[in-house]
Amino acid sequence: MIEINILFLLVVGIFVGGAAGFLGSFMVLKRMALVGDAFTHVALPGLAIGLMLNIDPMLGAFTALIIAALGIWYLEETSRIYPEALVGIFFTGALAVGILITPEPELLEALFGDIQNITALEGLVAVGASILVMGVAYFLSRKLILGVISEELARSLKISKRKVNLLYLLLVTAVVTLGIRFVGTLLMGALVIVPAASARNISRSLGSYYLLSILFGVASAALGVYLSTSYGLPSGPAVVLSSLGFFGGTFLLKKAFKA
Amino acid sequence: MTTPLLKVENLSVDLEKNRILDNISFEVNQGETLALIGPNGAGKSVLFRTLLGMHPYKGRITWGPNVKLGYVPQRFDVEPDLPITVGEFLNLRSGKRRGVIAEIEALGFTKEILKDRLGVLSGGQQQRVLIAWALLDHPDLLLFDEPTAGVDIAGGETVYSLLHKLQTERKMTTIIISHELQVVFQHATKVLCINQSTVCYGPPKTALTGEILSKLFRVEMEHHEEHHHD
Repeated sequence: MIEINILFLLVVGIFVGGAAGFLGSFMVLKRMALVGDAFTHVALPGLAIGLMLNIDPMLGAFTALIIAALGIWYLEETSRIYPEALVGIFFTGALAVGILITPEPELLEALFGDIQNITALEGLVAVGASILVMGVAYFLSRKLILGVISEELARSLKISKRKVNLLYLLLVTAVVTLGIRFVGTLLMGALVIVPAASARNISRSLGSYYLLSILFGVASAALGVYLSTSYGLPSGPAVVLSSLGFFGGTFLLKKAFKA
Repeated sequence: MTTPLLKVENLSVDLEKNRILDNISFEVNQGETLALIGPNGAGKSVLFRTLLGMHPYKGRITWGPNVKLGYVPQRFDVEPDLPITVGEFLNLRSGKRRGVIAEIEALGFTKEILKDRLGVLSGGQQQRVLIAWALLDHPDLLLFDEPTAGVDIAGGETVYSLLHKLQTERKMTTIIISHELQVVFQHATKVLCINQSTVCYGPPKTALTGEILSKLFRVEMEHHEEHHHD
């Protein structure tokens, strides 16, 4: 029975990790890695408010993330120089407030993730949503990447950067909400950013970059879940340290090929 | 009389409360080559970006039915380690691979370049790839921001011969921001000189009088002098 449970968690983790890695690949190219990382902290006060109001804490987290995503989008569209410091300060502030208002028993789980409490239904929803998110991101990828390379070229094809960016941020919101159960609000950003950063170290083409971002996300989640369940570690740090292992490896590979 | 591909009436653009373009009007018909000239800072690139829908404006911009655009930017700042090959970049144009090899060969590349990373190409090679990108999917109107002098655009081939080919072989309608009067006189059917507002507009031989040219160039020299005084 325990093995079935581990297998179930592995499968869910693999899908969420893959979706996070794929979405992260655009975040890294958009030079929004720091913002994307801090973004997930906003989930914590949402989670706490959910607990206080006696509604599903995930719904609270999702609502807080949607509000933050709309804020990022608004700043992206209206300011000429992206106010990265401001966004970082705001998100860290949200984290501080969240830590204060989250009830003590739930705090550790909210910060670092706890996969033991994931129900079968939640797992199935997570797998389905991950597949959906990846599908939409795939259809959006050409427009997203064109906007990264040159806004003028995107405009010449009548691609609206505003709409594309908004849809993208909503996808990120969905994947972060899914991942919080695994990795927690403090470290979820790493599962979005680190696999893509690892893939970038060793990719020469977009095709291999996307594929490796997904694979590193999958492998980080799988290895993390395995370490967590086998050695009784909190799942968040286990997943994130696994992803950092891949980053270290690809970084050394990059150095070796340059030398 | 067919409807023009593009008709611009009384176009004004303000950026950060500064008037960049003031009351510009012109039109471009099928098969024409319109040269856009003016000193540095005259608003030429802003005019292009306004046509692309990137700046708010006053006045009216009317496109012909279903006009497909090709755009060649003057500069292209792609990070050297961006993970994308030339082939993948060209596929972004329409999402299809069709026609890519023919276009790249027409610009003097061999198809091996498709596997190269975009960021490692020289400035001139990137310009040629950008031209191929713009011409893929057969645009009705090409917006061409000519690179400043010194960029070897097509392996010895000049902008002039490229423009000539586009005119004769493809009957391409083009608006070109040009920095060389020779291009304008030899290849443009119409010229629009601007320096915030319209300085001249019409066929090059009648519109570009000595007086107009000295007016444009004097402005350029005054700009330089102002910089020296700073």
